[in-house]
Amino acid sequence: MKKLLAALLASAMVLSLAACGSSSSTTSTTAAAAAATEAAQEAAPEASAEPAETIKIGFAFPMSGTAAMAGKYSTHGADVLKEALGGVIEVNGVEHPVEFIYADTEGSEEKTTNVYQKLIEEEEVIAIVGPDASKCALAAGPIAQNAGCPNVATFATNTAVTETGNYIFRACFIDPFQGSVAAAYCEEQGYKTACIMFNNADAYAVGLKDAFIENFDGEVLGIEEYSGSDVKDYNVQLTKLAVQNPDMLLLPNLNVELGLQIQQARSAGLTCPIVCGDSADTPDVANVAGDAIDGVAYVSAFSAESTAPAAKEFVDAYVALYPDELPNSNAELTYEATKMVVSAIQNAKTLDRDGVRDAIEAIDGLELPSGSMTMDATTRNPIKGGVIMQYDSEGVTHFVSSVNP
Amino acid sequence: MASILQFLVYGLQLGSVYALLALGYTMVYGIVGMINTAHGDFLMIGALSTFFIAKAFESINADGTYPMLIVGLIILISMMFTGGIAVTVEAIAYRPLRYKPRMIALITAVGVSMFLENFPRALPFIGPNPRPFPTLFINRTFNVLGASITSTQLIMIVLSAVTMIALDRFVAKTKIGGQMRAVSMDKDAANLMGINVNKVISITFFIGGALAAVSGICYASAYPQVEVYMGSWLGNMSFVAAVLGGIGDIRGAMLGGFILGIAQIFATAINSTFGYAVGFIILIIILLVKPAGIMGTLTIEKV
Repeated sequence: MKKLLAALLASAMVLSLAACGSSSSTTSTTAAAAAATEAAQEAAPEASAEPAETIKIGFAFPMSGTAAMAGKYSTHGADVLKEALGGVIEVNGVEHPVEFIYADTEGSEEKTTNVYQKLIEEEEVIAIVGPDASKCALAAGPIAQNAGCPNVATFATNTAVTETGNYIFRACFIDPFQGSVAAAYCEEQGYKTACIMFNNADAYAVGLKDAFIENFDGEVLGIEEYSGSDVKDYNVQLTKLAVQNPDMLLLPNLNVELGLQIQQARSAGLTCPIVCGDSADTPDVANVAGDAIDGVAYVSAFSAESTAPAAKEFVDAYVALYPDELPNSNAELTYEATKMVVSAIQNAKTLDRDGVRDAIEAIDGLELPSGSMTMDATTRNPIKGGVIMQYDSEGVTHFVSSVNP
Repeated sequence: MASILQFLVYGLQLGSVYALLALGYTMVYGIVGMINTAHGDFLMIGALSTFFIAKAFESINADGTYPMLIVGLIILISMMFTGGIAVTVEAIAYRPLRYKPRMIALITAVGVSMFLENFPRALPFIGPNPRPFPTLFINRTFNVLGASITSTQLIMIVLSAVTMIALDRFVAKTKIGGQMRAVSMDKDAANLMGINVNKVISITFFIGGALAAVSGICYASAYPQVEVYMGSWLGNMSFVAAVLGGIGDIRGAMLGGFILGIAQIFATAINSTFGYAVGFIILIIILLVKPAGIMGTLTIEKV
C-alpha cells in the first residue's frame, strides 16, 4: 500500500514537473519568436547580444469569489494591452521582455495584502495594477507605499486610497466625483427630491452617498441604511422610503446587492427613477433584477458605444481577442491603468520603481479610450470625464449623456 | 398600522426561512448531540439544485411560469437530492467520529461547511457568480388591510407552517419518530432495545437536509439570487434561532426562528443601522433569563 502511494506521488510529481517545463518553454518560445521578429525588423544586434532585463508588472484582481466577474473582465482588459505590446516594451531603444503576473485577491482585504507582499518581495514587479475594490486598495496600499512600489488602482474610487502615499495612483475617478456626477445628472433631469439607501459597512457606498448629498441641490427626503452584503432583505427600508414618494432613488451599493435592491424597490412601490454608482455596470445586476432593471441609470467611466477613435480602437482589439463579450468599465479601467504604467515605464528617467513613479505623476494628456487623461500630481487622481448609462427593458445598457460636474 | 402589518409580513417571511433551517439544526443536535455547522450550506445546495432542476424542466415553462404539478416535482427532487447529500455527509464525515470527543465532530463540521461552499464554486458550471433564481410560484399581490402580501410570501409562510406541523406530528406519532426520540434520550439503550441507531440518524439527516432544501427554495423565491455562499450567514442566524428556542426542541426552533425574523425586521424598521444587531441582543437577554432557551430544559450532566 505504501509503495503504491509512493509510486503514485512520484508519478504525480513527475507529471507536474513536466507540465511546468512545457508551459514555461512555450512562453519562452513565444517571447523568443516575438523578439526575433522585432530584431529582424529593426536589425538591432546589441539587443540579442546582451539580453535586456525582464520587466514584470503585477496585477491584483478578484479572480474568484463574489467579484470574480469583475476580475475576469479586468484580466481581459490587461490582455488587450499585452497582446498589443507583443511581449516587449522599448525603453530608450532597448527592448525589454515584459511579463504580466496575475494574482488572485478573492476580493478580500487579507488576501490582497498577501498578494501585494508576494508581488513586491518575490516577483519583484516594477509596478502593481489593481486592485479594483476600495477596501482592498486601502488595506494593501500601505504595503506598496512602504516598499516604494508604484501602484495604479483600477476601480478603487474611494478618496482615501491615494492618500495612503505618493506611490499610490488610480485610473478611475473618485467616489466624490461619481456622487457629483450623479447629482449633476439628477439636476439636469429636474429631480427635486431624492431618497437614498446605502450599505453603511462599505467605504464605496458611504463615500458616494456623502458626495451626492453635498452636491445635490434638491432635498434629500430620507436616508436608510443596512450593513453588510449578507443581509438580503431591504424590504423594510425601501417600504419606508416609498412613503416619502421621492423624485429619484439613489442606490450607491455593491453589484451583488443591487439586483435584489432594484427588484425589491419596485415591489415596495418605489416607481421613481433609480440612479446607481458604477458598480451597477455588470450583467449580473440586470440578470438578478429581471424586469425591474428597465430604466435604471448609473454613473460609468466608459461606454463601449463611445465613438472616440481611441475607444473604438480599444473595443475592436478587445472583441478580436474575446469575441463573445464587450468590454465593461472593469476591462477598460484596467486597460487604462496598465497603459499608464507602460507609458510611464517608457518615459521613466531611470528604469526602476522610483523612476516609474515619477513618470506616472508626470502623465499629461495621455490618449486613453475614455479621452485625454492628465494626472493630478497633488491628489494622484486622474482628471477625466464621466458618462451616464441606462438599462433598457432587455437589460442592455445604453449611453445617455456625458457629464462634467 | 398598515406599515406595522406590512413589517409583520416581512418578519414572518424571514422567520419562516430561519425556522425551517433551525429545525434541522435542532434535530441533529437533539439526536446526535453535535452542532452541524454545515447545515446552512444544505440550504444553498437545495437552492442551487432547484436552480438546475428548474432549468432541466425549462421546456415546460412556456409562458414564464411552471405548472403547479411540475413545481411540486421540482421541489420534491430537490428535497430528495439535498437529503441525499446530507445523508452522505453524515455517513462519510460524521459517522466515523460519533464516539470521538465532540470537539472533533464540530471541527469536522466546519471543514464540511467550507468544502460544501468551495467545491461547487470550483465546478465550472456553477462557479462563484450569483444567478437569478427562476420564478416557481405565481406572482400576485394581495392587499390586506393596507399591507401588500405577495403570493410568494403567502406560499412561503404556509409551506413552512405545514412542513413544521407535519414534522412535529411525525416525531410525536410515527414509529420512526418514536425511535428518534429514543435515540435522542440514550443512544446505547436504544441500540439495546433493537433500534437501528445508524438508520435513525441517517433519517434525521435526510429530513434535516430536505427541510433545508425547502427553506432554500423559499429564501431564493423571496430574494431571487443564488450563490454558493448564501448558506453561511443564514446558517448562523438559524443556529441563533435554534439556541434561542432551546436547542434540541423542535417547537422551540420554530418559535425561535419566527421571533428572530420578526424582531430583526421590526428593529430595522425602527433604526436601520442597528437592525440586525438587535437579533443578538435579544438572544443574550433570553439566554441570561433562561439559559436553556425558551422551550428548552436544562439538563445537568452527571459524571
